[in-house]
Amino acid sequence: MAQIKIKNLRKDFGTFNAVKSSTFTIEDGEFFMLLGPSGCGKTTTLRMMAGLELPTSGEIYIDGEEVGQKPASKRDIAFVFQLFALYPHMNVGKNISYPLLSQGMPRDQVKKRVAEVAEILGITDILKRPVGGLSGGDRQRVALGRAIVREPKAFFMDEPLGALDAEFREHMSEELRALHNRMGATTVYVTHDQLEAMQMGDKIVVMNHGSVEQFGKPQEIYDWPATMFVANFLGSPSMNFLRFEGMLGTNKSSVEMNSIDFKIPTTLEGAKGKLALGIRPEHIKFSDKAQYRGEVLATEYLGTTQIVTLTTPNGDVKVRTDASGKIKTGEKIGLSFDPRTVTIFNAENGKALLSNANQGVFNRG
Amino acid sequence: MSSYSITEPSKRQKWVAGSLVIFYAVVTLMPLLWIIATGFKSPSDAIAYPPKVVFQPTLEGYVNLFTTRTRATPEMLVQAGEPKTWYDRIVRQYDMVIAGPSRYGERFLNSVIIGFGSTFFAIVLGTAAAYAFSRFRVPLKDDLLFFILSTRMMPPIAVAIPIFLMFRQLGLNDTHAGMILLYTAINLSLSIWLIHGFINEIPIEYEEAALLDGYTRFQAFYKVVLPQATTGIASTAIFCLIFAWNEYALAALLTSGTAQTAPPFIPTIIGTGGQDWPAVAAGATIFLLPVMIFTILLRKHLLRGITFGAVRK
Repeated sequence: MAQIKIKNLRKDFGTFNAVKSSTFTIEDGEFFMLLGPSGCGKTTTLRMMAGLELPTSGEIYIDGEEVGQKPASKRDIAFVFQLFALYPHMNVGKNISYPLLSQGMPRDQVKKRVAEVAEILGITDILKRPVGGLSGGDRQRVALGRAIVREPKAFFMDEPLGALDAEFREHMSEELRALHNRMGATTVYVTHDQLEAMQMGDKIVVMNHGSVEQFGKPQEIYDWPATMFVANFLGSPSMNFLRFEGMLGTNKSSVEMNSIDFKIPTTLEGAKGKLALGIRPEHIKFSDKAQYRGEVLATEYLGTTQIVTLTTPNGDVKVRTDASGKIKTGEKIGLSFDPRTVTIFNAENGKALLSNANQGVFNRG
Repeated sequence: MSSYSITEPSKRQKWVAGSLVIFYAVVTLMPLLWIIATGFKSPSDAIAYPPKVVFQPTLEGYVNLFTTRTRATPEMLVQAGEPKTWYDRIVRQYDMVIAGPSRYGERFLNSVIIGFGSTFFAIVLGTAAAYAFSRFRVPLKDDLLFFILSTRMMPPIAVAIPIFLMFRQLGLNDTHAGMILLYTAINLSLSIWLIHGFINEIPIEYEEAALLDGYTRFQAFYKVVLPQATTGIASTAIFCLIFAWNEYALAALLTSGTAQTAPPFIPTIIGTGGQDWPAVAAGATIFLLPVMIFTILLRKHLLRGITFGAVRK
């Protein structure tokens, strides 16, 4: 199994810059998520790691060996495609055994391996079937079988659940995670679904417009986003931004917004001009004592919780609160923010200001 | 009462469709059947008026096709003795003896060599070029593809004179190599365009999967792309063969002896010793067979090939 290191990776398609100078490290055995909206360069990054695209510049190390210009067939990596790409002219068993035949493995050994893998994935009874008539889930399992049969250095998956229906997706993501736990192989997984990324990943890289916005553990990224993009992309509903003009010095533990002082984690960095106070919907409490007030615009009932949308002097705010509370539209409610969870952003460049709460999470190189 | 369905045609619609198909089949098959029948008629039956539909079948046409005959004097006939074989007997009816085999066999073999040879090269080169156009970043791809197609836009006979002059300089006149080269060149535009379309339909992920599974680019092409492109390749091969097989004008101009194909040869039968229509018809019938067999062998692919891409899988 392998550690994968990406250094200043860049890819241009003609004049279009798909990936800008990406740098991150995937540790051995990690389940690593490449997350971002479509067109952000995550799939291109994965394809460069796999050897299906050649990087314009930068380096890719697999187990310390630079492989950037090596052909895909020499990298010992398995890839699961979004549309599975099972060979349509072969049956299930042949599809799974195909990677082994390229290595010149003796037939009886191939048979044994295929049987083992089929056992793990529970597809022993369909080995003789052609791939044409299989259901989405079975296709997915066959594609996984073809990937794991060779025991490669790493697995790369490009939105492998994208082609499945919602119900089956959940089931398959559990299966995938269980498979990973059992085999402990380094896995790189591309997705645009933030929920999937947080559910399954050991670590997440968030990409946007070809560059890495942040990388770290799901909880760290969720709690302490490095940029407004990350804050907005993760979580549903996403983080609230209360925008204001103001000034913030270093070593301050409060910020003035609309002439009201809000407690915040002690700042290690100052800023002036357009700022935004970021807070997650679940960290806002309704409080009659609070000075800061908002007017209820709408409520959405979600079973155990409800999402209340309020309008405030600094923009709309969504609050996640207990479903039992009765809230009427038009009502004016005081809002109190949990000071330990606030992130202040510089709204000009979208970057979070360093504070003693998030400094441990960021590694701004 | 059968249940009503909007997709299942009604009985009357089926009747109409069926009769139309039968009518069309009769119209297209009539000349073919007439040719085959004429091959088994005697020369007088062949030109009889009103035309004979019922006649005494004879193999005269086929014997005349494959042999050259000389008119014999009574002394020569006595000298030759009794006819020994069935074809000798047929020829004797007209006081003639067989002088030797005709050239039809050679011409037919030439057609086979040149037709299948040029089809083979058009398909091999066409597939390679089509794959490259489909998968690689070829500079000026669209312009090149259009240029290749444009070679198809004029009738091949328009370039007959320049080709004739070129071939004479190169010593390719009346050679198998020359004709194979020529037909390959003409068919290439068709084969590149058709196969290009088929390969475009094959998702690139299959090859990428094979590359990642440890296969080289060529192995991926050979083991993954080719099996899926067989349908397209087979139907393209039929089209190429039909063209090369039937081509008359260039063959008539560029071949005369060693490399002459059957199409320019068959009409020459008419000129030797009266208008021998049964022999011409026999030559045409035999000439039809290879393409017919080839098409029947590949018809499964052909049908799928023609409708390919019409319905998304």
